[in-house]
Amino acid sequence: MIEIDSLHCGYGDREVLKGIDLRLDAGEMTGILGPNGGGKSTLLLAIAGVIPVRSGSIRLGGKEIARTEARWKARRMASVPQRSTYLFPFRCLSVVLMGRYPYLRSWGDYSRRDMGVALEVMDQTDILPLAQRRITEVSGGESQMVIIARALAQEAEVLLLDEATSSLDVARKIQVFDLLREKNRQGMTLLCVMHDLNLAALYCRRLVFLKEGKVVLDGPTSEVFNDYNLSRIYEADIRVSRHPVTGVPQAHFVPGGNGPVDP
Amino acid sequence: MSCYCSYLSPIIPLLANNGDKFPMGASILKDRSIAIRERPEGTCGLIMAQIQKQVALTCKRFALLMALLSASLALSAFFAGLIGRVEIPPSEVVRSILTELGLMKDPSLNDAWPVVVLHIRLSRICLSMFVGMALAVAGATFQGIFRNPLADPFTIGVSTGAAFGASLALFLGFGHHALFGLGFLPLASLAGALLALSAVVALGRINGRLRRETMVLAGIVVATSLSALISLIKSLDEESVSSIVFWVMGSFQGRGWSHVGFALPYMTAGWILIGIHARELDLLSLGDIQAKQLGVDVDRVRLRLLIGASLLTAAAVSVSGVIGFVGLVVPHLIRLTLGAEHRPLLILSALLGGMALLWSDVAARILLPGGEELPVGVVTALLGGPFFCLLLRTRKGGEIP
Repeated sequence: MIEIDSLHCGYGDREVLKGIDLRLDAGEMTGILGPNGGGKSTLLLAIAGVIPVRSGSIRLGGKEIARTEARWKARRMASVPQRSTYLFPFRCLSVVLMGRYPYLRSWGDYSRRDMGVALEVMDQTDILPLAQRRITEVSGGESQMVIIARALAQEAEVLLLDEATSSLDVARKIQVFDLLREKNRQGMTLLCVMHDLNLAALYCRRLVFLKEGKVVLDGPTSEVFNDYNLSRIYEADIRVSRHPVTGVPQAHFVPGGNGPVDP
Repeated sequence: MSCYCSYLSPIIPLLANNGDKFPMGASILKDRSIAIRERPEGTCGLIMAQIQKQVALTCKRFALLMALLSASLALSAFFAGLIGRVEIPPSEVVRSILTELGLMKDPSLNDAWPVVVLHIRLSRICLSMFVGMALAVAGATFQGIFRNPLADPFTIGVSTGAAFGASLALFLGFGHHALFGLGFLPLASLAGALLALSAVVALGRINGRLRRETMVLAGIVVATSLSALISLIKSLDEESVSSIVFWVMGSFQGRGWSHVGFALPYMTAGWILIGIHARELDLLSLGDIQAKQLGVDVDRVRLRLLIGASLLTAAAVSVSGVIGFVGLVVPHLIRLTLGAEHRPLLILSALLGGMALLWSDVAARILLPGGEELPVGVVTALLGGPFFCLLLRTRKGGEIP
């Protein structure tokens, strides 16, 4: 579904992505992990086609992203940014309806279907009571839920999440990821940039580790999520055990650790 | 969560089958027909009903505000027509209008009155109204594009750029030419406005980011320099000081229907351009990246909106000089009452802006004793200045990049 070949990307003189090769199949739920400054967010922006590609290519369903139209992209890929700042007091329902923009004809107004989709995703994300509140007046976590709902309203095949749940409390995180897993089961392809290793291990079946602009590790969670890999990549002492309920690997951080452990 | 859409699923097909569009107006908040026919028990149904009610309420408020503002604007135009140096009783004003329209013949009517009422007063009232509408819409547009609540044609130097363009054209002697029947002066203003805008954006950008304070600072730098150049040009042209005051402070003195005809085509073009892209303005105000992710062709749409707002500013300035703060204050007042969605915002801003400038001009006409007129820019600055201070001091909604 998404094919990335020797992708180079950057800002100004700084090259952030230094030759990324990645294949994502339809229906995958992949976590992108790695230390700060590794190029995770830049990769998502490049895939979404909002920053220019220096060299290499990104194709979605065989089409070169850089050569597609903005609305075409937005109907196929939706993005959830880490956080948003609002200058103007839009109503939450209006913000969610913005996700229907790529389906609008240039003069037209939102159709009943658009309204129906907006209300449905607001229900799924449990923010219907916020519909008429101003986005500038709701809490940070609530406004993030509005943005997640907006991305779902795009009815895209691919969802790109950049630290989407970092500002949410534990219950909301689980709620959002349960919903995302449900969407994934229905066929949506998800690519989640995450800092929370354990949340990634809980929900993603495949993990891609980025460090210094390169893919350093890529594979099924059960295989790559271990003491050695995590400690090496994050340069900290990290131990992995089994989750008491689901059995997936979970990471534990050792205080005062001496960096990577030897295998 | 698994049954999250259970209560909505019965109405979704119902909604999908009906291809009816929402009428333009209170943006999306219009649909009374998503009434839950069979309201399920429990809170979900209650919440939906509540949303229905709120949506209907917002819609009603928009309609009410629009009706109220339109009516006040019409009444304002009438009452402003009663005020002037020559005292004409209201009944005579009505008769003058009817006579001039050919609907009534009244030999007892003073011959001068229809001229005074229609050609001196009403033309000026209409012009100030259109200029107010143009400036308010331009202000709202600049605020949305630049994500800057302090933006307004005046504070970001675009108005002064337009005045400079017009002054230069007049100085070089081709200000009074016409192109295909359209006045040339607004085009010269437009060139000046776009030049000033590019200068401000270039100056205000630090490390690739356009911060709102530095943008306003750059606006002041550009406006001050261009004001000085306008004064220089006017002095070289051996024109009177009043002409400098006209361009820098703004005035409607001596303006008539010809000026309305002169500016209106350009204003209409600006309104249409912005009207077409009003919804994109909502998305652009979230920032470039999010707008792109939501499918907006950011570069193209922004260019069109900037040209639209510059057209409105240029047309306004070419007939009335630089008038500040209308475009700053009016959109904020509307946002406070109705919300930020740009479609209703632009419509209501235009109405309120027209009314604000109409009455500012009346004040400019009558405030000074002895028949002297104040530049209307003085009145709007007196009213808008304190509001600008207030905006500068409040940082609602966190740090804005």
